[in-house]
Amino acid sequence: MIEAFKIFINSVSSPATIFTLAVIVFILFVSFPKQATSAIVMIPLLIFAAAFLAIGLTDKHFYHIITTPDNVPIVGLIFIFGYFTWYAMRKAVINDERMAQGKPTIEKEETDEKVLVFPYLIFIEFVIALAYSIMLVVWSIFLKAPLEEPANPTVSPNPSKAPWYFLGLQEMLVYFDPWIAGVLLPTFIIIGLCAIPYIDRDPATSGYYSFKGRKFAIIAYLFGFWILWILLIIMGTFLRGPNWNFFGPFEVWDVHKVVPLVNVNLSEIIFIKWFSVGLPKAWFVREAPGILLVLAYLIIPPAILAKTAFKEIYKKLGAARYAILVMLMLMMLSLPIKMYLRWAFNLKYLVAIPEFFFNI
Amino acid sequence: MPDNIPSVPETPATPVATVAASPAPTVTAKSAEAKIDRRAFISWVGLGWVTFAAATTGALSIVLRYLFPNVVFEPPTSFKAGFPSDYDPGVVDERWKAKYGVWLVRTAEGMYALSTTCTHLGCTPSWLSTESKFKCPCHGSGFYKSGINFEGPAPRPLERYRISLADDGQILIDKSKKFQQEKGEWNNSESFLNL
Ligand code: FES
Repeated sequence: MIEAFKIFINSVSSPATIFTLAVIVFILFVSFPKQATSAIVMIPLLIFAAAFLAIGLTDKHFYHIITTPDNVPIVGLIFIFGYFTWYAMRKAVINDERMAQGKPTIEKEETDEKVLVFPYLIFIEFVIALAYSIMLVVWSIFLKAPLEEPANPTVSPNPSKAPWYFLGLQEMLVYFDPWIAGVLLPTFIIIGLCAIPYIDRDPATSGYYSFKGRKFAIIAYLFGFWILWILLIIMGTFLRGPNWNFFGPFEVWDVHKVVPLVNVNLSEIIFIKWFSVGLPKAWFVREAPGILLVLAYLIIPPAILAKTAFKEIYKKLGAARYAILVMLMLMMLSLPIKMYLRWAFNLKYLVAIPEFFFNI
Repeated sequence: MPDNIPSVPETPATPVATVAASPAPTVTAKSAEAKIDRRAFISWVGLGWVTFAAATTGALSIVLRYLFPNVVFEPPTSFKAGFPSDYDPGVVDERWKAKYGVWLVRTAEGMYALSTTCTHLGCTPSWLSTESKFKCPCHGSGFYKSGINFEGPAPRPLERYRISLADDGQILIDKSKKFQQEKGEWNNSESFLNL
């Protein structure tokens, strides 16, 4: 029974299925926040997660991966981030309901007065810092940091993994050129996070949890955080093995696992597969379809959205801030789009100009 | 100190008595010192800045010094790799990988020297002889024995190095000259050693 379960889990595990499943769960979560954060859903979910972990730990391989000192924090991270997301959403749902009934928010009921940072917040932070230091000391005693042989530039460990907080980036690098995944997208992530308060200057709902008043912002943020960052870290930590192949959670990391895979560029699909004419010599002819496609992606959706779904947002923000917002959104969505293109068509690059290191 | 300054004009009224009876003269002396004139002030500040700049420059130059190692273990860019007969046809030879970062491949027609640097982000791929491909452990790029990229994110093939026969009949590999397939440089006769 358990064996069959493990085999089933392994056989359906792939980047595409796990990612798609996560997106579906995410959509359900933000569509039905009230039900999703209720005890009827949360308690069975917790039991399931605990049972999965307990059953998993009886598996030698799973046990090894989960209890590697490097990976333990990621297990904790899943539960901690899950808890905080649930906590905030729960309060937001309750506040939204109270406001619909004309009652004051929880926060207003707690205190309607201004609370000073010093000493109230500082005191709490101090206590937390103390507890945290103790926890770190205990942690460092019980979970040993692995000490490996001296670094050697000609030997890359297999698999070579970045520190956990960079595994999301490393996973992005599987789908993109280093310039894009290593420089451009991280820059956009940082600039985008800095830009949030300047893009959305509406003071509504500040000071209390609310989902209804901030739907777009919360969904966009949670998607970027959970799906495009945390999920990639989880996959990179637990499911990427030798040769950066993908392994199911109960699958032994076999160095010789062969995944038949040939990736092709868009130019090759168009000129060789569709038109059977061979690749044009000049790069600008060869890459013209890809370049046009990318330009269309960056220009057409913003224009259409400004007239339709984002009409209100466009009016509220004005042209400049709207343009920045949509550009950041498109950049963010380019990651899942590229991932699906890779999984569906084995597409390597939409625009591939190795002549001067420009690949999209 | 500022409180003392107004007291200075008062003291000269009874100069002798004050000198004898009270510590007023020291007060006067201190006040004179405090009343440093503009020229002296500027030169002191100037001196302070010069000292500060010198100290900072000194410290920084020591930091910069660390960027240049005392000893560099850089193998020479060109090396002799033995005789062609040392290599079996059809085999990817890894004996120079650790020291020089080169795979020597012998085919039926000749030999070529492949760089062991992945063209994606620079990890070192491993040669998987059973699957007959180079596979990068970092993001999963794969390369055929020829060096051509076929899977994963690597945008271009592995680079080849100049290869030739030295006068004594040994293979000579020159890493200072690279040949990139996407630039059509693999047609260059120096990128392939005909045997
Ligand atoms: S460095 Fe080789 S695949 Fe990224």
